[in-house]
Amino acid sequence: MSQATDTEAVDEDGVIESVSGPVVTATDLDARMNDVVYVGDEGLMGEVIEIEGNLTTIQVYEETSGVGPGEPVENTGEPLSVDLGPGMMDSIYDGVQRPLDVLEDKMGTAFLDRGVDAPGIDLEKEWEFTPEVEEGDAVEPGDVVGTVPETVTIEHKVMVPPDYEGGEITTIKSGEFTVEETVAELDSGEEIQMHQEWPVRQARPAGDKETPTEPLVTGQRVQDGLFPLAKGGTAAIPGPFGSGKTVTQQQLAKWSDADIVVYIGCGERGNEMTEVIEDFPELPDPQTGNPLMARTCLIANTSNMPVAARESCIYTGITIAEYYRDMGYDVALMADSTSRWAEAMREISSRLEEMPGEEGYPAYLAASLSEFYERAGKFELINGGEGSISVVGAVSPPGGDFSEPVTQNTLRIVKTFWALDADLAERRHFPSINWNESYSLYKDQLDPWWESNVAGDWSDVRQWAVDVLDEEDELQEIVQLVGKDALPEDQQLTLEVARYLREAWLQQNALHDVDTYCEPEKTYRMLQAIKTFNDEAFEALEASVPVEEIQDVDATPRLNRMGTAEEWNEFIDEIESDLKEQLRALY
Amino acid sequence: MKEYQTITEISGPLVFAEVDEPVGYDEIVEIETPQGETLRGQVLESSEGVVSIQVFEGTGGIDRNASVRFLGETMKMPVTEDLLGRVLDGSGNPIDGGPEIIPDQRQDIVGEAINPFSREYPEEFIQTGVSAIDGMNTLVRGQKLPIFSGSGLPHNELALQIARQATVPEESDGDGDGEGDEDGSEFAVIFGAMGITAEEANEFMEDFERTGALERSVVFMNLADDPAVERQVTPRLALTTAEYLAFEKDYHVLVILTDMTNYCEALREIGAAREEVPGRRGYPGYMYTDLAQLYERAGRIEGKDGSVTQIPILTMPGDDDTHPIPDLTGYITEGQIVMDRNLNSQGIEPPVNVLPSLSRLMDDGIGEGLTREDHGDVSDQMYAAYAEGEDLRDLVNIVGREALSERDNKFLDFADRFETEFVQQGYDTNRSIEETLELGWDLLSDLPKTELNRIDEELIEEHYREDEQEAAEVEA
Repeated sequence: MSQATDTEAVDEDGVIESVSGPVVTATDLDARMNDVVYVGDEGLMGEVIEIEGNLTTIQVYEETSGVGPGEPVENTGEPLSVDLGPGMMDSIYDGVQRPLDVLEDKMGTAFLDRGVDAPGIDLEKEWEFTPEVEEGDAVEPGDVVGTVPETVTIEHKVMVPPDYEGGEITTIKSGEFTVEETVAELDSGEEIQMHQEWPVRQARPAGDKETPTEPLVTGQRVQDGLFPLAKGGTAAIPGPFGSGKTVTQQQLAKWSDADIVVYIGCGERGNEMTEVIEDFPELPDPQTGNPLMARTCLIANTSNMPVAARESCIYTGITIAEYYRDMGYDVALMADSTSRWAEAMREISSRLEEMPGEEGYPAYLAASLSEFYERAGKFELINGGEGSISVVGAVSPPGGDFSEPVTQNTLRIVKTFWALDADLAERRHFPSINWNESYSLYKDQLDPWWESNVAGDWSDVRQWAVDVLDEEDELQEIVQLVGKDALPEDQQLTLEVARYLREAWLQQNALHDVDTYCEPEKTYRMLQAIKTFNDEAFEALEASVPVEEIQDVDATPRLNRMGTAEEWNEFIDEIESDLKEQLRALY
Repeated sequence: MKEYQTITEISGPLVFAEVDEPVGYDEIVEIETPQGETLRGQVLESSEGVVSIQVFEGTGGIDRNASVRFLGETMKMPVTEDLLGRVLDGSGNPIDGGPEIIPDQRQDIVGEAINPFSREYPEEFIQTGVSAIDGMNTLVRGQKLPIFSGSGLPHNELALQIARQATVPEESDGDGDGEGDEDGSEFAVIFGAMGITAEEANEFMEDFERTGALERSVVFMNLADDPAVERQVTPRLALTTAEYLAFEKDYHVLVILTDMTNYCEALREIGAAREEVPGRRGYPGYMYTDLAQLYERAGRIEGKDGSVTQIPILTMPGDDDTHPIPDLTGYITEGQIVMDRNLNSQGIEPPVNVLPSLSRLMDDGIGEGLTREDHGDVSDQMYAAYAEGEDLRDLVNIVGREALSERDNKFLDFADRFETEFVQQGYDTNRSIEETLELGWDLLSDLPKTELNRIDEELIEEHYREDEQEAAEVEA
């Protein structure tokens, strides 16, 4: 990142040459690529994205109406960075990490004004710092020097910044400090504060990536049961509008067993973000019982907010995620939706008159996507610990057509694919994850966890379910032609079992207090109960009981109530014994 | 204010002029033609020395000698409460022969994004009196719920019915502050027409006048023969007025924008004239952002009594909901009401196909204390049962009804009754939510109790009509 040598170093500001939407060009600006600049008399925040001779092109993170040629451009000399430190949990930021609650205060209106800046973390608030090291201890980059109780759930770890040299601690303090005050000094002369800055487009350093072996338990049966995601894994949720991407993402943000959740609303609806802001402080975290917001950082750049900030919000989010990963936490990052991010790149790219690639997207779309998803993973940290980032990206393919570039380029990278299906959504089968199209490449590496933590025969039972659903899919084609009653009795029974798999197990009501979260044990037990019905029913069929009589057994419709049952263990036991009793009574 | 006679190029709706002083992006421009006509435009791109201007009224009559004046400000809408009852053209000039409008404020028409932190989540049920909407795809205050329609379908009738009937039932306005509660049940209607025919416009105006709705309406009319470029401004004027009435004057505002397809066509026209790289089907790549800047101007704001609810109407080219216009709209709006050509030809009024329709904000706007405890479950169950009945219809075409089981036949009957009794109601019937839900139970009670797996058992006990089930069995 050395400065261009053929331009003379000028300290003076540049001058705007032209304005076209979010793209502004300036002359006589001494800047490096990706430097943050302030544009115009109002000081709108922007970033340098192209330098050509004396002409610098800037993408502006705010609305540019009324800005004209001749106005000044001031360079900060710094790349777009985030402030990292205590106070990020329980916060809501825009795409360039300006806290939206502070902006509301500063602007004095509910509408987003221009030219107002605010630091990402509160510089005045004092935090209780407890040292973890003593004077004379040697510390290296990434090492934890102390802790701060950030929220009821999260203990914030103050680390030696990764770009420091490290050395011996000469002074270490204890007590209440602001994030800018020095809490530790090293013999190398370096001073450690509770906050650090990091450029968003650069991944924070970490050690080797490890193979993830632990699932990110989501509390959603179809995801945990059939298409699991690993802690440190990547997943994509593509689906046409109305198929439930956002609800699925929010369910993950609510119930997954990550330590930290970073939720990025990228170019989506304002009301959806408001829903999260209103709901999360009230909902309990299933792990700790504390408010969900205490482990959550929200980044909201809604569809009507400036397009350039939409491009950067993904990077802001992942950098914050990496910072908490460095503390040794398991972080889950939800990006809703990566298509809007790709479109923001396309919009900027076309204003730059770059040569377009597929469907007008820039040729570097695939590279940008893979670069982003590669920042996920289970890592060995530079301080020797372990931390992970799981990334779940929603994709909004135009017309629900998965062959478009964003979906396709995403699928080349991610290992879990939750395909949302408009047909299922239309019949209110939620989550509308299509079990025939979706896949998870983590299945095998996660099976040992399920077998030792939930049930020894987990993979067999799951495989049974997959087989029944596959068979149903084939049989349905015949049913469409000849009707269900024309099938042999055993196939009719298979269809009945598959129906219960779909309606009682795969379907899950996100709005029901109990059903919204399903622990792995319950996921297993419910599946087992359906299998009990299957086994007993086929026994009865062998004993020549007509299939109608089997279907009319009283206990079976109660399978549909398993999900919403509070005392599920007793409830399922009861169904199983009733099923056995009633079915055996038929022969 | 400097005046130039420096036009260098005129192309489609665009004019290029040389300037010697900097001009701001998005600034408003007045162009005076040699015939003395004044046209208005907006700066699309501003560089040192040259600006490109998009002329709202079209570039007809402009020549190189026309003079260009830069007003030094972006486009503003003069707003006042007195606008209620007025009819304006697509650029905001009165066309009803009424008195001149004396503005209370002049607001920038682009509008600023509402800070998501300052929004209030919409959850107040709006009763439209239309069962297919209230029962199945409930609208709430502050929502944006478009109607996806096709050419020749009665979307205008439905929009008018909603505008006429929409109320918020008294008890659900539970904020108890006394303010906004009295007039809270009625909506101020902002009607933004873009490129609709004079005939359609007359229909709307007649209905507004007949029902007296005009008094609480502001009408913006850009007709089919008005300049296409003006369509870019019309919805922004309408929404600026709506925001003013909602957030400054505490009105609950319902904005009806029709037809968004014409708006998008205008967007494409300008994009093409500017020689931009086109996106899907020739529409500009920034159409998502552009549409979002309109649709996202719906909502509620914490601490304000008013609200902006949007019902944009669009006609899907070829009834294809994957076309970029409905597609991008669906990704931004909070659901959609879909009109169906088959139902229309069967004479169902309104011909709403509930299966592809959706209201994303429904779940928080219904239930105990808002509508009724059983609302969510009933709606879910009807969706599932209707979807199943619909599937079976295909099968009936092949194997005939006799070949189906008794259970399947019940679902088929349900689907038929659902269309002819629940969705069908006519454009003048106003059903309360109670009536809608009771009608739902009438229909659901034709199905065996055990099939109602989406409904809480206690609710089934409370509402299920045992006698109908028996009656149905006797009949069978």
